[in-house]
Formats: sequence, C-alpha cells, structure tokens
Amino acid sequence: MTIFDEQAQWRPGLRESYLFDRNAIAEIQRAAREGIYDIRGFGAKRRVPHFDDLLLLGASISRYPLEGYRERCDTNVVLGSRFASKPIELKIPVTIAGMSFGALSAPAKEALGRGASEVGTATTTGDGGMTAEEREHSQTLVYQLLPSRYGMNPDDLRKADAIEVVVGQGAKPGGGGMLLGHKISDRVAAMRDLPQGIDQRSACRHPDWTGPDDLEIKIGELRELTDWEKPIFVKVGATRTYYDVQLAVKARADVIVVDGMQGGTAATQDVFIEHVGIPTMPAVRLAVDALEELGLHRQVQLIVSGGIRSGADVAKALALGADAVSIGTAALVAMGDNSPEFEQEYRKLGSSAGFYDDWQAGRDPAGISTQDDELSGRFDPVLAGHKLANYLRVLNLETQTLARACGKSHVHNLEPEDLVALTIEAAAMARVPLAGTDWIPGVGEHGS
Amino acid sequence: MCGIVGLFAKSPAIEESLGRHLAAMLAQMSARGPDSAGVAVYRNPVTSGSKLTLYSRDTLYDWDALCGQLDGAFGGATVPSVRASHAVVLVEADAAEAEVWVRRNFPDLRVMSAGSVIEIYKEVGRPEVFSEQFSLADFQGTHVLGHTRMATESRVTTEGSHPFSTGLDLCLVHNGSLSNHNRLRRTLQRDGIEFHTENDTEVAAGYLAWKLREGASLEQALEEGIEDLDGFYTFAVATADGFAVLRDPIACKPAVLAETDDWVAMASEYHAIAVLPGADDARVWEPEPGIVYVWEKAAV
Amino acid sequence: MAAGTASGTAVEVVDLATTPLRELNQRLHDLAGGKEGPTHWRVLNPRGAHAVACGLDAEIDIEIDGHVGYYCAGMNQLANVCVHGSASTGLAENMMSGTVVIEGSVSQSAGASAHGGLLVVHGDAAARCGISMKGVDIVVRGSVGHLSGFMAQSGSLVVCGDAGEALGDSLYEARIYVRGEIAGLGADCVEKELRAEHVAQVRGLLERAGFDDVDPSSFRRYGSARELYSFKIDNAY
Repeated sequence: MTIFDEQAQWRPGLRESYLFDRNAIAEIQRAAREGIYDIRGFGAKRRVPHFDDLLLLGASISRYPLEGYRERCDTNVVLGSRFASKPIELKIPVTIAGMSFGALSAPAKEALGRGASEVGTATTTGDGGMTAEEREHSQTLVYQLLPSRYGMNPDDLRKADAIEVVVGQGAKPGGGGMLLGHKISDRVAAMRDLPQGIDQRSACRHPDWTGPDDLEIKIGELRELTDWEKPIFVKVGATRTYYDVQLAVKARADVIVVDGMQGGTAATQDVFIEHVGIPTMPAVRLAVDALEELGLHRQVQLIVSGGIRSGADVAKALALGADAVSIGTAALVAMGDNSPEFEQEYRKLGSSAGFYDDWQAGRDPAGISTQDDELSGRFDPVLAGHKLANYLRVLNLETQTLARACGKSHVHNLEPEDLVALTIEAAAMARVPLAGTDWIPGVGEHGS
Repeated sequence: MCGIVGLFAKSPAIEESLGRHLAAMLAQMSARGPDSAGVAVYRNPVTSGSKLTLYSRDTLYDWDALCGQLDGAFGGATVPSVRASHAVVLVEADAAEAEVWVRRNFPDLRVMSAGSVIEIYKEVGRPEVFSEQFSLADFQGTHVLGHTRMATESRVTTEGSHPFSTGLDLCLVHNGSLSNHNRLRRTLQRDGIEFHTENDTEVAAGYLAWKLREGASLEQALEEGIEDLDGFYTFAVATADGFAVLRDPIACKPAVLAETDDWVAMASEYHAIAVLPGADDARVWEPEPGIVYVWEKAAV
Repeated sequence: MAAGTASGTAVEVVDLATTPLRELNQRLHDLAGGKEGPTHWRVLNPRGAHAVACGLDAEIDIEIDGHVGYYCAGMNQLANVCVHGSASTGLAENMMSGTVVIEGSVSQSAGASAHGGLLVVHGDAAARCGISMKGVDIVVRGSVGHLSGFMAQSGSLVVCGDAGEALGDSLYEARIYVRGEIAGLGADCVEKELRAEHVAQVRGLLERAGFDDVDPSSFRRYGSARELYSFKIDNAY
C-alpha cells in the first residue's frame, strides 16, 4: 500500500476540519513535544496563485505559428550588459539558483555544474562559499555575497563570472541562513570558519551596509575589486518587489533576481516559508513594472525563481517580462531528490518519496542534501549532471515549443498579451484578462 | 534612502557663502539620492508678521495676484523672491493664521514652510539641476539643511521630498526607513495632525510637531521619538536657532559631524564635508546612536 | 615621483584630486601575482572617496593622506596600508592578510568579516567593530561602539578603551579583550579568566600594533558561553 492509499482510508462519520487538519494537528503536537519551531527544507507547499492559473494564446488565424526545428526560436540571454565589461552569455533562459555547499553535498554541487555546463548555462554558489568542484565543473559561475560572508574571499571573487549580492530569498525574506549541526562537517566547518557540529545561525542583514544608498556604495566597491569586469546581480525575496527593484536599479545593479515565496530552502522555519512573501507570479509583474517605469526593461535584466517546474512556467515568466528564470528545487529533483528508488529509506525516516522535506537533517538517502560521506557517496555526479542536463534541455524545448506556437522567433518576444488568466486572482496579479473576457480586475476600461 | 547635509555658520564669511557651500555639499550627495532634492534655508528673519514659502505646480503662477489677495486679507503682504516653482511671501499676520488662510483659499498651492526665518525649497530631479533651478549659490543665511532623496516606498513627488516642515521655523530630514509609521500616522491624524503624502518621514515630522504642541522641548520630543519611532534613521532637525541630529539606537545609517572655528557641518558621508573650506583641519567625529545632539546660535 | 625613504626606495605618488580612483586601483591591482612595479605608494587627497586601495594583492606599502570613505582597503591581501586620517564604514572589510593601520577613528563595521591580517585603529572605532570576523586581529587604541564583535567567529579583538552595548553578541570562538568599561555584554558573551597565555597573546598584539605603553595584564577577556551553539527551547528566537 502506498502512503496515498493509507491516507485515503475513510470511514463514515470521520470529517476532517479545514482549520485543524491532520497537518495542523500534527504540528501542534510536535511543538508541544519539542518546544521549538519546525525547521524544514523545500519551498512553500500550500497552494497559492501561480503560473498554472495562466494560459498562453497560441496562433491560429490572426497570428501565425513557427515551424519547429526549421524556423528558429532563439533562447540565448545576455546578463550584465548595463555596466560590466564582461557580461555573461547563456544559451538557455534557465539558470541554477544559489544553493550552498553545506546545504548540499560536494558531489551535488559538482553535478549542478556539470549539468549546467552541458547545456550552456550558469550555476550559483550559496551561503558557504565557492567549492573547487563547482568552479571546475561549472562553465559560468555566479558567486554570492551574503550577510554571513562565509567563505568570502577576493580570489574566488575574481574567479567568478558574476557576483550576486543576496539581500534575501523567497522562502524567508528578512531571514538569514541556517545550517544545523549534523551538516556542519569538517569541510563545511573549515570553509565557514565555524566549530564543527554546531547549529549555524546567520545574520539577516549584511555586516557592512544597510539600505539601498549604502548598497550602491557596496556595489561600487565590488566593481572596483573586480575592475568593472563582472556583472553584479542583486537578489531579493519577493515582498515589496516594485520598490525593491527600483532601488536595486538605483543602487546600480546589472541584474535583478526576484525569488517568489514558493522558492526553496534547505532549512527554514515552516511558518516563515508558508507565510512571508508574495507568490512568484505577481512578483514578476511588479518587477517588470518597476523596470519599465525606469525605462530599463531588458537593459537591467530580470531573473525570476520560485516554483519553476516546466517549460510552461518558463514561458509564462518570460511572457510577463523576465529575461530568464532560475531553478533550485526542480534541479535537485531532476538529480534524484525524492526519487521512488529510496522509498524504503524515506519510510524509515518517517516520510515517503515525494513528501521528503527534512533537508535540514542531513540524512538525505539521495545523497544530495547531506554531508554524510556514506550517503553522498551514493550520489554519482556524472550521471546526475547528465540527468540535470536532460531536464534543462526539456525545459528549453518546451519553452521553445510554446513560443513557436505563439509565433515568436525569440523566447524574449513572448509578451503579457500572449497570456490570459483562469482565475480572478491570477488576472489581477498578472494583470492579464480573465480568459474569454476583456476584464482585468483593478484596471479601468481603457487601460491602467 | 537618502543623503543629508547640514551647515551652521559660526562666522560672517560662512554666512555670506552659505548657499555656495550648500550647493557643493548637496552635489556630493546626489548618488545617494538621485530622485529629488530639498533645502531649508534660515535667512532674512522678519521683524514683524511672518514668512511663508509656497509651491505651485504651475511654473507661470501669478504670485502677484496672490500677494494682492493676502494684502487685502491681512493689510500687508509682499513677494520678495520667486525661485522656480517656489515663492517667498511676507505677510503682516501670525504665521499659523496665514498658513491656514492660504491652505483654505488656495488649495492648489502647497505651503512648504511657515515661520519668521525659514524657507523650504524642494523639487524632483537630480540635485545638480535643483541647485541651478533654485540658484542655491546665492543664498546667505545662518544655517541650512539639505537632503537628496532615493524614494523607498513612496512615489517620487515634490511633496514627498524632504525637508518636511513640522511647525513654525521647524523642519526635518531623514535618512533611513521607519517600520511603524502607518499606524502612527492614523493615531496622529486622530489627534488633528494633517498629512499630505504616504511618506514615512512626514510621519516622523508630524510626530515631532505633535510632541512640541503638547509642550515638549525639541530635545525631549526627539528623545521620546527614540521609543516611539521604530525603524532605522538618521534625523537632522533645524529650528530658528540651530539644528539637532539623532541616530536611532541600532544606527545602521551613516552620519558624520565636523567642526571648525567657522562652521559646524553634518553629512551622511564625509566627502560632502570635504568640500568645505578648512575641512582638512576640522574636528571630525561620528554622532553616537540614541543621543540627541543640538547646536544653537546662543551657545556657539 | 617624490624622493625616496631612508632605504632609497622611490615612492609612487598619486593625487586623487587629479587622478581617477579607477586608475589608481587598476594600477595597484596590476601588481598582483608579484608583477613588477612600485612597492611604495602615497595617495593624496582622498577626500572621503570610497573603495580606495581595495582589493590589493601584493606586498606593497601604501600611505593615504587624508580621510577616506567606505571600504578603504576592502579585501586586502598582503599589502600594508596606512591611513593618515579617519575612515567611514567597512575599513579593511573581509581583509585576508597584510596590515591596515589608521591614525584617526573609524566608522562602523571596521574589519567586518575579515579572515586574517592585522587592523590597528589609533582612534576610536564605532559600532560593529569586528562584526562577523573570521580570523583577523584587530587592535583599537580608543573605544569601540555597540555590537562590536557581533557574531565574531575567530580572531582577536583588543580594545584599549571602552566597549559599547551588546559586546560580542552571539559570539563564536573569537577572543575579545577590553581594558576599559563595558556598557553591556551581548547574548552568550561572558567574561573569562585571563591566564598567562592570554596575557602573552595580548602583549604580542599590542607590540605588533605599536602600543608598547599599554599593560597587557590590565585587560579582561571575553568569550562565548557556547549556549547558543545548538537550537534549544530557551534560545530559539
């Protein structure tokens, strides 16, 4: 019997409360036992409006589609054209988001590099610094500058292809990094300059700047440090996205990364994940509004993340105006996270394939979100890299398929008018009409 | 976020060149605040009646006609200067009374400041342009506050620019971001304080005005503000006699002070002070968080 | 070029009043990896400029005449930097090695997240001195502001004057020594016994800083109580 069958057992008279459902009750009981908040991995699990609530309008009589294969549909993206002398060029509009060595095993970081390089895109370091494996195997590597500054050093800064100043992430905007003791192995401890085995707490603000005016000065320093060669990204978790994007632009960033509330994490309090931030879909629209108002859409590039799963999500994000998307959770799943082949081990951990979110515990049977040598030794970075590359190719092909169906010779030519919404919320959030109508909630009859 | 500058003259030479130095300092702060700029200049005190600074969106506004109306209502009014969208109006009336009259009879005008010596000018656009438009270099006076703005959560508008005038001859500029201003605004509104923008700084200014109205001294009002205002801030407040500086206890936003025999200066970044004469030999120090610093003409 | 020092070394003088900062920093960066070039530099008229002499990676000596803005000597490696003036936020932030000496005072976050080297402040340091430090040695002749040593992971902070509120809040394994008054200790920061090996460490740091007139045994030692090392009911926040 699968875990779904077990949950489906119903008897007459059993009626579950909406408010106090099995999850709410289990969590209260856990809190009463343990006296501390629930820390877990994965992103927001509850349903919020997302790209699924949008549809693309394919060509018919008024518009003409493009033939697959013969008629081009380009997918290349340039990041960092605003100020950097060496912008980054991607072959596909999908990058790998920042995930730390510490949160992930070293072979997992290597695999991400291999997979991304195979298809011509970038990976991003995380809250722990740059590993040699990732730099070696990743053709294009974005180096994160986080509040903790774990592992930060000028040699790695110069080895990077771009620098990403992390203000926050979608899973916990306003929160800092977290890595629990079982994952602070010798190597992680050495890289982060921490005692082995402790529960790492990270600061939520940067140590040497606060606010967009001082961020501008910090970005200036990063440019001086790297002789103005490398693109500077600024990453925010989606909250007051319109203002944040305008401020990042005024602080002179080259690229802005917006991570919606559905974005993944390796270790965060459940309440933080589920209840702080706004969904990715409205965040894209807000970010693009901000850029367009400043006359800088496409000149300051926008990367969005948080719940990208298929080429449909990619296409819709691009239609709303993003230049590229970033994947985290999906990349890990592609490489084997939550795979059914480990079902027995998930059961022993009190979970099941498809449900496993205890990435903070460091006991991942797939060998991805762990520092245990035995577990991570099972993970084959060459095979996983190839699987990731396959998945990235599929994302790209799906995006092209949809873009061609809309008559686009470059995926960047997808636009909001190619979209309609299935729900009122999605129509209001994405500012596209409800399917079959002219109605956009909140927008007057003759436009905004 | 923003840049703040302040200059207090201790010598006649600096009083004469006050505007020139203000313009130089403001230009240094344009990176921190590219959206709009504003200054409060303390000069030409009136001996009777009061002084208002008024703003009109219409650059061809008929200030003479307004002057005539004021004259008719109060028996004495002149418009000694017009700079870009702002006019200084002198009227033989109590400042508060004159302000109320203008707001009621000319709702299309904005009263930027009221008192006996203060003049506030603020506009959207880059600080260098602002300096030109308002001929800052011409100003002579005893002290000035200036501000360059990078709007955080409200729109870039003239009204949203700093300084905010909180009472007669009183104004406030702010670098930082408050976090409890919305509820505080509603509380102050219920107590009769008026607001014209969504701006957090305007709430801080309104809070000061309210405290002063309830009888607190400026120092007390600022000290109580440390408790009541939540968020990150460096405040500079100016009065008819001088100015005050306060940083919140967490103190993430910058502030630097400098003093010579001829001037006291305050800025968000040192390079705005570096342009002043004698800066190389000035005493330079950083104000401590949670402490109200005050300079007044009588004391200096 | 100005006349040489006693050892006959020529000094390369750069005046920031007439030379763009980008040019100065590029010339200094071009010396990385042991490349040929001047080993003694003098920078004039910084006038509060930011990121002066940041990203150095060579065994050179630089003197800066005047006040600097933010992030002077940021991410310094190998170089010896001396500022004849004061500095704004983030002096020697993330320094890896080498020395940074400042005759005046410094604003916030001096030595932030620095991994190595020596930072010497002759005047006072403001809030967050040594925040997130990861191995640097910092010696302050004057006093430090609040939250100094916040989340300090390793290295040493020696304060000859007083310390502000919340000293060493959330401290890891860094050592803090203070000679003067402390306005308050931060979470998990406690006074510890000053033993002979600590006195020796302080003596060595004071000597390297050139503060020979300060008695190393007159300091008190502060370190982590290590209560926050594991998430527990009492310290979950």
